[in-house]
Amino acid sequence: MSFFGLSFAYLRDRGLNTLLNIVLLALAVATLVILLLFARQMEDRFSRDAQGIDLVVGAKGSPLQLILSSIYHADVPTGNIPLSSVDTLRRERTVAKVIPLALGDNFRGYRIVGSEPAYPEHYGATLAEGRYWGKPSEVVIGSEMARGLGMAIGQRFVGSHGLSDDERASGHDHAPFMVVGRLAATGTVLDRLILTSVESVWDVHGIEHDDEEHDHDHDGDGAADHDAAEHEEATCKTGIPHDHDCDGKPDHGAGAETAHAGEDHDAHDAHDHEGEAEAETGGAEARPHAMAAEVTALLVTYASPLGAIQLPSFINRQTNLQAAVPAVEISRLLSLVGLGLDAVRALALLLMLTAGLSIFVALYTALRQREGDMAMLRVIGASRGSIFGQILFEGVALAAAGALLGVALGHAVIGLAARNIRQLAELGLDASHFEMAEVWIVLGALAIGAVAALLPALRVFRADIADTLANSR
Amino acid sequence: MAIGDWQQENGEHTLVLGPSGSGKTTLINVVTGLITPHQGHAFIDGVDMTALSADARDALRRRTIGLVFQTLRLIPALTVRQNLALAQTIGRGTHDAADIDRLIGRVGLAHRADAKPRTLSQGEGQRAAIARALITRPRLVVADEPTSALDDSNAMAMIDLLFETAADTGATLLVATHDQRIRSRFAQVLTLAPPAARGAA
Repeated sequence: MSFFGLSFAYLRDRGLNTLLNIVLLALAVATLVILLLFARQMEDRFSRDAQGIDLVVGAKGSPLQLILSSIYHADVPTGNIPLSSVDTLRRERTVAKVIPLALGDNFRGYRIVGSEPAYPEHYGATLAEGRYWGKPSEVVIGSEMARGLGMAIGQRFVGSHGLSDDERASGHDHAPFMVVGRLAATGTVLDRLILTSVESVWDVHGIEHDDEEHDHDHDGDGAADHDAAEHEEATCKTGIPHDHDCDGKPDHGAGAETAHAGEDHDAHDAHDHEGEAEAETGGAEARPHAMAAEVTALLVTYASPLGAIQLPSFINRQTNLQAAVPAVEISRLLSLVGLGLDAVRALALLLMLTAGLSIFVALYTALRQREGDMAMLRVIGASRGSIFGQILFEGVALAAAGALLGVALGHAVIGLAARNIRQLAELGLDASHFEMAEVWIVLGALAIGAVAALLPALRVFRADIADTLANSR
Repeated sequence: MAIGDWQQENGEHTLVLGPSGSGKTTLINVVTGLITPHQGHAFIDGVDMTALSADARDALRRRTIGLVFQTLRLIPALTVRQNLALAQTIGRGTHDAADIDRLIGRVGLAHRADAKPRTLSQGEGQRAAIARALITRPRLVVADEPTSALDDSNAMAMIDLLFETAADTGATLLVATHDQRIRSRFAQVLTLAPPAARGAA
């Protein structure tokens, strides 16, 4: 039986009180851990998803909504914009890259995003298996989506309208999607998306009342175009290697501008889509939907810092377009959320102090009752230091139990929340991720336990053993 | 209070007898080094307890003296066995489970070894307290009023047990009490005068 054992025996002896103190401290620690994980993971996720995206162009509306819907896929879009804006932007010499996005559908809550392979490539995503979409209705699924729904290559599914999983939402039964590829996990929003071509989204919406014949035609066209585009991937029309920078090279943009806006845009796959879409909407009276030539948003990367100065005002001058800067909107959002987080954090710190006070009161009263014990221990030969250490250890052990329970509780709550609340899962909340700062929270809790025990423990040095023995019990 | 020169030999169990306030506890505190007398010295095993520093007194007491308190002072959070183990660790710095069990058996508490003190009867508690005092194998066992709260038969049983275990472990007893019932059990008695008789409290 050591002094450590004695500490544990005392803690066990007043079990209910010990439990109360542990729970109190655990709640405080858990709150702090949850806040920390939430804030850090949110910020981390926000910046990771927005990496390299300098500007988002979309329909007029709330800029925050535009950012949330098109970068994070966590809100409904502000509306659609003409496909021609893709070209307009690509002609700007300050623009390095434009990625069009067509949103509108989901499958079991996972959003279907019409875009180009440039979109996953922007995040450095690679195919885990399969291939990128060729013809419309072929999709590539994100890793989390694949795991969450157990989707595999070759499976077909039908999207439902809207961005949230709603059974009542009208389905697009006539236009089933087929999985042709699966992305490796990237830790970004891509993991929860279903990617397909822009035309696929058009197909679902623009052609949904058309006859089968048109549909097939379109499929054929799309496939052909895409094949061409893929073959071309090695080189630009101009002979420059067709990397993505190539798309937005000023010379290319200028050249395209002066040439015209028609069929020889095939240097670029999006241009292909446009040409195709224009041709089809123009040529087929059975396809009256203007939607077919629209996209939802454009993710823009600047070629030079000049873009930051010129582009937003240039876009905002256009009647139906707005430009939103992710960095600005995210910091605006985080500062809004941050105020709330600060308030909760203050409450958690208060709770932590309360827990510390509770430990102090518990140890203080316990030690008053134990004065006789302590005097006896001193008489049979225990040094002041070892009794002082024993009391201090009691406080620290209590705090350690509370802190560890709190950390576990915090992670469990994060995990439960991520599992049960879709919006949080979409933020990429990960319960298994540990932050360095959690160590500081635990150390803080231990310090509180030590300080709470210090005052009662110091009495050991003041107590007169003979007096205590005579006067206690 | 004041006493003249007085010596207790090895194995010479001694009773310090006197009414309340006569200075029994003070004498015990001086002998065990808890307080320092204004005058005079207390030698334990040839070492002057009164001349030592606080730490050295603690060490000397730890080495040579076992204590039995009137209120027993077993730690309520620990079982009998754990109480003994803690005292053993403090006194000798070692843990000898076999020795603990042997001593618990010797005082007849084998069946109560894992009981908490508050569940023990008065007699069982006293046995445990005696066992704890002896676990460090002290040469001197000091007991303060070990029998005052007990009825006749329990008081005699307590003294019997003290004598028996002291004989077993080779310890010498120094018992302070106002309890006249046990006087006849001791060959050597140091009688302290009541405060009134000394004319000063």
